[in-house]
Amino acid sequence: MKIKKRILASGIIGLAFSSILVACSSGANDENNKQLTGTLTSVGSTAMQPFVEEASKSFMASNPGVQINVQGGGSGQGLTATVNDTADLGNSDIFAEEKEKIDASKLIDHKAFVVGIAPVVHPQVGVTNLTQQQLIDIFTGKVKNWKEVGGKDQAIVLVNRSESSGTRATFAKFALKDNQEFRGNGAIVEDSSGTVRKIIGQTKGAIGYLAFSYIDNTVKALTLDGVQPTNENVTTNKWLVWAYEHIYTNTNGKNKQLEDAFLKYILSPEIQNGLVKKLNYIPIIDMKVERDASGKLK
Amino acid sequence: MEKNEKTSLAVQLQTPAKRMFWMEWRGRSITYISVWIVILVLLSLLWFITSKGLQPFLNGEVTLSQFFSSNWNPQDNKFGSLYIMLGSFMVTICATIISAPLGISAAVFMTEIAPKWGKKVLQPTTEILVGIPSVVYGFIGLTLLVPFIGKFVGGVGFGLLAGTLVLSIMILPTIISISVDAIESVPQKYREGSYALGATRWQTIWRIVLKTALPGLMTAVVLGMARAFGEALAVQMVIGNVPNAPFDFFTSISTLTSMITQNMGNTVPSETFNQILWSMGLVLLLITLVFILLIRFITRRRDA
Repeated sequence: MKIKKRILASGIIGLAFSSILVACSSGANDENNKQLTGTLTSVGSTAMQPFVEEASKSFMASNPGVQINVQGGGSGQGLTATVNDTADLGNSDIFAEEKEKIDASKLIDHKAFVVGIAPVVHPQVGVTNLTQQQLIDIFTGKVKNWKEVGGKDQAIVLVNRSESSGTRATFAKFALKDNQEFRGNGAIVEDSSGTVRKIIGQTKGAIGYLAFSYIDNTVKALTLDGVQPTNENVTTNKWLVWAYEHIYTNTNGKNKQLEDAFLKYILSPEIQNGLVKKLNYIPIIDMKVERDASGKLK
Repeated sequence: MEKNEKTSLAVQLQTPAKRMFWMEWRGRSITYISVWIVILVLLSLLWFITSKGLQPFLNGEVTLSQFFSSNWNPQDNKFGSLYIMLGSFMVTICATIISAPLGISAAVFMTEIAPKWGKKVLQPTTEILVGIPSVVYGFIGLTLLVPFIGKFVGGVGFGLLAGTLVLSIMILPTIISISVDAIESVPQKYREGSYALGATRWQTIWRIVLKTALPGLMTAVVLGMARAFGEALAVQMVIGNVPNAPFDFFTSISTLTSMITQNMGNTVPSETFNQILWSMGLVLLLITLVFILLIRFITRRRDA
């Protein structure tokens, strides 16, 4: 009995060692061999997670030697992990330059796709269009009732994302012209897009903002100054409220061959016209304008 | 059977002392190592949270008086967390005010009034309540409770009232199960003595059983409070998460736990915002420590 246990234990230890050895040897890329092998770790934005997961699944299917681990954690975690080299790919909703304490010079930006964000309301507020000034007045708390902007006599309920959210930052920057959102009486803050949609759908007089991909028939997207929140209008910057979704890599070049292969796959027409469109995002290759970290058009 | 044991003991006694030593040594080292791992994990956790939580104050980025003020505006580096802490306290206290009498009464029913039936029905019920994940409570709260409050009671529905109701249901099983243990540990002779003196069942319960079980019941309540204080997910879904003053049942409020879960992932560890979240974690830890000390104090009084 005891001897058996000992054999089992040594077997387990041996197995662990050999698997470590295998992992090490597979991490080193053999340049002569065209078959890609190795492991990539992808950390960050929960909004991007479904996309990255799908893309890595199909990437792994065509490259059986590659293992990609996709984790959430949030944009901040993604950027930090990539700077510290604990992750190969850092997914972020915002530019690394927008985070003060992140050393952006250590990172290479790869824009994966674009997401449009629209103000959405409860279907029965009686408003379909707002001017940007009206939107700012609503979100800064100056306008408190829908009748003041041509809707029903219904108190406005603001639904915001949490202070550190990338979607909130984008919305504040481009839809509210950097005005601060009102957080007083009756306002609600929620973390996830799904919860925000649910709250707006069930709360009378509610207004919030969602990525295009989250908008369904339980809520109503508003036009802004008469511009429709559509993918086409985003590509020409007619619709102002949009953001890049970034995949960052470290400048140290570790795991470069694998990273490059995966990023090339992300930017390939197969993914851009397939998965990106399927998830209702905007392919980066369709964009007719380019924006830098400060929000200026290039 | 007995014979067998005797022989095996005899065999053991006959084996060389060296083997006994190793047997002893093995058992002892396993338990020692386990204990040290637990202590080490606990100490490093305490040290980690404390050092992280004190950082913004040591760096001079935020002063203590700023932290304990009510001026919350992370975009402007204003991190006054007073209302957030008060929010945590208010939800906890309000939930306990609802749950404590309910839970203790249910425990009395299960042990004193209808032990058989009560245990058959209420015991599984509380066990099921314990087993439901907190996100389910939160989702039910968000889907049923919040619209109900918004429609029939007041406000939008999000806020202290919704948080209180969801939490009070969540901590109920904790309070019930520990109260049941406390009441069951009251010696039977006390009840018999009380009945012998001509007391009714209610008089016995009220004056003898509950009074004797009081320290245990208080432990139950404090443990329930500790659970309420640390709960994040369900509360976050129904309270609205805006750090307003938590003295109105129908305005959005925020708690320490919900603030941490909402912002930890999106902030960067060297940011002040992120460090302040650690400070909030430290406050949570210290207050939980107070709860534990309270329980120790209560139970020590019982032993004396």
